[in-house]
Amino acid sequence: MALLEVRDLHTAFTTPAGTVNAVNGVSFNLERGKVLGIVGESGSGKSVTAYSIMQILEKNGRIVSGSIKIDGQELVGAGEKTMKNIRGNKVSIIFQDPMTSLNPTYTIGHQLTEAIVLHTDRNKKQAYERAVEMLRLVNINEPEKRMKQYPFEFSGGMRQRIMIAMALACEPDILIADEPTTALDVTIQAQILELMQSLQQELGMAIIMITHDLGVVAQMCDEVIVMYAGSICEQGTADEIFYNPCHEYTKGLMRSIPTVNNDGEKLQPISGTPIDLLNMPAGCPFAPRCDAAMKICMRERCPRMEINENHAAGCWINVKKETEGGEKT
Amino acid sequence: MSNVENLIEVKNLKEYFNITTGMFSSKPLKAVDDVSFAIRKGETLGLVGESGCGKTTVGRTLLHLYKPTAGEIWFKGQKIETKQDIAEFRKKTAMVFQDPYSSLNPRMTVADIIGEPLDIHKLYKDKEERKEKILAMMEKVGLNSEHASRYAHEFSGGQRQRIGIARSLVTNPEFVVCDEPVSALDVSIQAQVINIFDELQNEMDLTYLFIAHDLLVVRHISDRIAVMYLGKLVELADAKEIYDHPLHPYSKSLMSAVPVPDPKIARANQRVVLHGDIPSPLNAPSGCPFRTRCPYACDACAESMPELKELSSGHFVACHRVEDIN
Repeated sequence: MALLEVRDLHTAFTTPAGTVNAVNGVSFNLERGKVLGIVGESGSGKSVTAYSIMQILEKNGRIVSGSIKIDGQELVGAGEKTMKNIRGNKVSIIFQDPMTSLNPTYTIGHQLTEAIVLHTDRNKKQAYERAVEMLRLVNINEPEKRMKQYPFEFSGGMRQRIMIAMALACEPDILIADEPTTALDVTIQAQILELMQSLQQELGMAIIMITHDLGVVAQMCDEVIVMYAGSICEQGTADEIFYNPCHEYTKGLMRSIPTVNNDGEKLQPISGTPIDLLNMPAGCPFAPRCDAAMKICMRERCPRMEINENHAAGCWINVKKETEGGEKT
Repeated sequence: MSNVENLIEVKNLKEYFNITTGMFSSKPLKAVDDVSFAIRKGETLGLVGESGCGKTTVGRTLLHLYKPTAGEIWFKGQKIETKQDIAEFRKKTAMVFQDPYSSLNPRMTVADIIGEPLDIHKLYKDKEERKEKILAMMEKVGLNSEHASRYAHEFSGGQRQRIGIARSLVTNPEFVVCDEPVSALDVSIQAQVINIFDELQNEMDLTYLFIAHDLLVVRHISDRIAVMYLGKLVELADAKEIYDHPLHPYSKSLMSAVPVPDPKIARANQRVVLHGDIPSPLNAPSGCPFRTRCPYACDACAESMPELKELSSGHFVACHRVEDIN
């Protein structure tokens, strides 16, 4: 049994302009000790998927249908009491912006011990010791002294390390990292990614890495999910996604980023603008921007199809390849 | 005298900001400290470095948006000194900003936003010519003429950045400072905007100073790259050369820290991970600013700032120990 099973998840937000279906039928498994990357641009539903797992959606958002199971325990429909137990103990999350996710009016020590006391049966003294131990684990010098300091006394990279310490203090099985390094400089990003990798090997947890940076994915992830407009367009092992992309959107993404190999060549951008979730097209959501779009793409969304045992994609182009019966528009 | 081949030349540029540290005391923050470089005509110079290293300040001081504390700026072999020089200079230069959301006035239509530099520099005879220039520029960046009467909030990030580019280039400048122009955009849109910069450079014969922290983007667009650290220029070389064979220990770690979008290369990559954080520019270390994080630092590094020396043709490095470590 997989550690985390997400089946046909639908999450929607009610806004004054109408209902926004931010996540439309997302399914995936996460095994123990694996790193899963979720890639997509803003509005693709990657963060909402993560927030749905944690059930920390904004007030106007709700899980419409689907199932989320951790260790076989169903979370959709479970009460707030159950979720409080799950959060921190089983699943922890670190956010993009380490500047705003810490409370500026409490010391780091206070915030760390509070989280530990809340989620474990340690008393205050034990929690303090655990907090110091965690700070040492994330390579913060003189942790005893640092415990008495306030967030403004730390740099961005250090704050992100404190967030990681806080997230890992209760030994969760799953760590969700929502763009953990986007706000950081490259050299600090390298430090944080290195730290996450070594902690992952040491503690054996699973990581869901949400990012738009394909470089980070290539470096960190075993498996990758590519999302567009709230659905998964392609999923597979990192090697399959990078070396054998089978969805036109993934292919477009790969072509549009500068790499070490395409020197002097012109980048091939994906045309058009990102989709408006209030006005979703009938067929494949990517079809309006897709250069290879066929008639069927406008009418009908392609179901998920297995390319091989490590790889699945939902793109009609693969059907066309097989049968050569597709009609070009 | 200055080399005429160089469109713009910066000599010993310094920009200090006074930071109040107490009721009666203040301290200079050396945002840019003794930086010299030149940009050839038609070239793109990439400027990279961590946040707070002074790369944006270089760009702004270069255009005289800040008055330089010391140093000289030469444009086409002429020193920019008097108010008149500056006014003339500004007509031929422009800037593209990072954030397409806050850099466009929400109360102005797209046509007025793009037309404003024309108004300021009085670059048209009549309304007809103004309109013509605006529409021609909009077409160049891939905007429809119907967009002219709309407001900025009606556009997506990528299109807003197009408006920002059109506004910067409508005066037909020769030199453009692009300050992180694609960092706020989605991956799929970044390539569109990068290509616009590329095409317009050929079409309008532009010279760019391209400031960014995404090294792969900078490498793609630049002919040469300069690396800054805490207000100082530490290395300058051809884009490929500096990426493949960085000589300064800071550039080495910077280049190896770039996440490469290729799993096999990424797994094999031997990263030089730096320890510690960038020091505050208010308390910059003595001598070489990088020595507190440098694995090769020695006594000489604490005493004096190494000079920028040309090690091989066109490859400049500022490091005392560059010969020992390479």
